[in-house]
Amino acid sequence: MKEYSIIGKPTPNVDGPAKVTGEAAYSIDITLPNMLYGKLLRSPYPHAKILSIDTSKAEELPGVKCVITGKDTPGGKWGLWRRFRELADQQALATDKVRFIGDPVAAVAASTEEIAEKALDLIEVEYEPLPAVYDPIEAIKDDAPMVHDDFPSNINATRHIEWGDVDKGFAEADYVREDRYVIEAAHPCAMEVHNSVASYDKGTGRLTVWTSTGSPYFVQQNIAEALKLREGDVRVIKPHVGGHYGGKNSTMPDAVNAAILSMKTGKPVKIVFNRDEEFTTTEHRTAQHMALKIGLKKDGTIVAFEAKAITNGGAFTGLGATTLFLTGTFITMPYRIPNYRYDGVRAYTNIVWGTSIRGFGAVPSKYCAETQLDRAAKDLGIDPLEIRRKNAVAPGYEAPGQYKFESCGIQACIEKMAVRVKEKWPNVEKDEGIGYCGFAYMSGGIFNWIDTPYAYSSAHVKVNWDGTVDLYSQAADVGQGHNTVAAMICAEELGIGIEDIRLHMGDTAHAYTDLGAWGSRETLMNGNAIKDAAGQIKQKLIDLARLKLGENIAYDLVARNKRIYLELRPERGLSYYDLVKDAIRANDGVPLTGTGHYTPHNKGMISPAYGMGIMAIKAKVDRETGHVTAQDVLVVHDSGQIINPLGARGQVEGSIHMGLGYGLCEEMPMDQGMLLNPEFVDYKILRTRDMPEIEILDVPTYEPNGPFGAKEAAEATIAPAAPALANAVYQACGAEFFSNVLKPEKVLKAIREKEKKDKESAKSKAPSKAKGK
Amino acid sequence: MKRELNIVVNGESYNFFIEPKTLLVQVLREMLGLRGTHQACDSSSCAACTVIVDGKAVKSCSILALQVNGKQVTTIEGLADGTNLHPIQQAFIDNWAFQCGFCTSGQIMGAKAFLDENPNPTREEIQAAMDGHLCRCTGYNMINEAIRDAAKRLQALEAAKKVPAQRAPQVQKWMQTAKSGKGAA
Repeated sequence: MKEYSIIGKPTPNVDGPAKVTGEAAYSIDITLPNMLYGKLLRSPYPHAKILSIDTSKAEELPGVKCVITGKDTPGGKWGLWRRFRELADQQALATDKVRFIGDPVAAVAASTEEIAEKALDLIEVEYEPLPAVYDPIEAIKDDAPMVHDDFPSNINATRHIEWGDVDKGFAEADYVREDRYVIEAAHPCAMEVHNSVASYDKGTGRLTVWTSTGSPYFVQQNIAEALKLREGDVRVIKPHVGGHYGGKNSTMPDAVNAAILSMKTGKPVKIVFNRDEEFTTTEHRTAQHMALKIGLKKDGTIVAFEAKAITNGGAFTGLGATTLFLTGTFITMPYRIPNYRYDGVRAYTNIVWGTSIRGFGAVPSKYCAETQLDRAAKDLGIDPLEIRRKNAVAPGYEAPGQYKFESCGIQACIEKMAVRVKEKWPNVEKDEGIGYCGFAYMSGGIFNWIDTPYAYSSAHVKVNWDGTVDLYSQAADVGQGHNTVAAMICAEELGIGIEDIRLHMGDTAHAYTDLGAWGSRETLMNGNAIKDAAGQIKQKLIDLARLKLGENIAYDLVARNKRIYLELRPERGLSYYDLVKDAIRANDGVPLTGTGHYTPHNKGMISPAYGMGIMAIKAKVDRETGHVTAQDVLVVHDSGQIINPLGARGQVEGSIHMGLGYGLCEEMPMDQGMLLNPEFVDYKILRTRDMPEIEILDVPTYEPNGPFGAKEAAEATIAPAAPALANAVYQACGAEFFSNVLKPEKVLKAIREKEKKDKESAKSKAPSKAKGK
Repeated sequence: MKRELNIVVNGESYNFFIEPKTLLVQVLREMLGLRGTHQACDSSSCAACTVIVDGKAVKSCSILALQVNGKQVTTIEGLADGTNLHPIQQAFIDNWAFQCGFCTSGQIMGAKAFLDENPNPTREEIQAAMDGHLCRCTGYNMINEAIRDAAKRLQALEAAKKVPAQRAPQVQKWMQTAKSGKGAA
């Protein structure tokens, strides 16, 4: 691997001092002069016609400045799938009918939050309840209630993926098994709830919105659509964001209604959801049904695989249709599957909608595929790590028409895992087991639903006469540490220090477009754009240095350690600071600027690069209580060239935390569309005492599509945690699971079923056949 | 009817007339503009709003402001010594113990109250003490390491205080290191 001055060195967070002193401002911390507080009135029904709304009493309450209902909004519909107009299905306030419990029907702006809340109680809405549908399988039946009356059915999106000859593959298999799964929904649970401050300038007709988002550009586009404004008249500023995890991609009613109320009142308006609203009305990880069929040779080679998914879409599209697409993709990774078929259906239902939560597509699908693979391995008498090694892809692997792995360290990861597992856990006690799961995830998505005329990512770099650098980009640090990565990439390329870089990020008015932080895209896509921009300036400085040094043109010059010098004769060089001064003087006093961009071209349907690896979890099962303990986690990870080892570790640790929660305790039980656990008291996320220690081993590769060879580190390791845990329990006691949350009662039931099965097979004394169903 | 509240926040005395139902977090955030204290739930279950009242960690969303009448409150804004970060703050930076940072003020204040009571804790003791602090980003292990690191830095500072300066240049040097937060781990 190449040695860099900054890349690959543990670098403290550039936002650290602000975040540890309480100075970091989130949108929830913003207060503007004359600001009003907004609140939304939400539907108590999962599906109902709105017959009438009477706001007169609310309007009379002292302190209330404005009350709006659907008819007062500009009526524009929005969505992220805006290339497909019918899927732009969100609206500021429901007009004709409500589609889930929590669908907003009216909004109030008042001088205090308390008055706004009181005003909500005074709004009288007459509803006519309609039959509702909550399960996606029910929803796609012919006689199901229609969630969107203007849609031909409740089928929101479908996806078919196929390569090879699946039927022939199954015919050639020595072993075939089928499994069905029901996967639970989960909430992203960002610590900072959704909130926005909107300020409309009547004089200019321009709108500024500060909001807790992962993509200022998406919000800018969506607000413009909702309010029928020009995009350029909407400025969106992303301050520090208190957690995203995929739940802050879509533009939500807080931003749009704050904007409408600000336009009506001429004053800034702030809307903050409470935690109950956050749980019940903001996007979650989609619940889904999956049916899998796998065919293998006796030696464990996969010859055919078929997956079917029906996802519980909820009332709107969000990025849920993308999740459906990616479910069919990530379920195959990182294995060589010669014959594959996927059919996915996303159904509209009368619940809040599911979307693109961290590891989207991979998290539910990998749970199903990897627990099935363990059962197949056991039936075939093959070690679970060996079956993964046997089927793991090699560099250059291409899934026809879908994706290609350029850098690919999965084989090396599995080899390293095999060695380390033996050292780390030489003895496995009774009721303990080690479970494995392979994984791979995209480094930024290549999707065509987002109808943007702009590059996927852009960055603008300006070098001032004193050598300080202003870096402008819309790229979003949402906690993952992208600001630090951005500064590191810029500094490395220019051969200067992090302390030379000033960041101006996440503001649509200050920078060209970046599509935001989702699908692990910022390091690769924004990193490439920054490297491009900084590289243009570096070239100018190198050209000037070459001129001034007057050396043979055969020598290569490099920018490093604040100098530009001959690579082979480092003593011959010039100071970066001196060169910058001269270059600006020579440029008629104009600072040095570079504008870089990145758009993946001809890189398949999914992503230009994939992070990947394998995870092992050691777990213990209490056979009396059904309690499962994740004792220890080992992950071997190929993230390409890691930019910041501190940040990368943080991403992996955080992913595993969320993934283990998905496997142990996080669920969203609903009764007739009503969420039953909308507070942290009842919705359990893992606490510090629940977390095992995590050992992370890196297998560095060089990713040709990434800046300095880098690729994702933020999401790949969420998917494998729950399946590795379920596989550990399977290894420990043979209990099989067809749903993801291993609550004690479910574990006990599975253990009893296993014991019953064992007894029956002992009775019949028939030798179990290797050939499955 | 409004009632009088006298409190000392970060060393400054304040006097307010407030509605009795006003929560401490509202006084801090809305009346004093101390926005570093964050609220992340409505059910007293996340500890993001933790501040220190007379040496004890307290969830400022779950206590009436009048209950702290006459008491000393320290918030995240009062932890650093001028521009010098507190060793816990520096340890949080050096160990990447936060990501989005929204729960961080509460984590640091909780850690401060805990380390004042237990200056040399084990991983398990930190887990037990900090179990009420929710974090959705880090997976907690890096927070735990930061707190252990901070404990070492604080102990080095304590040790340095006990040794006369002219006799122990080495300890003085450690003290400087611990204060600046560089390389103490």
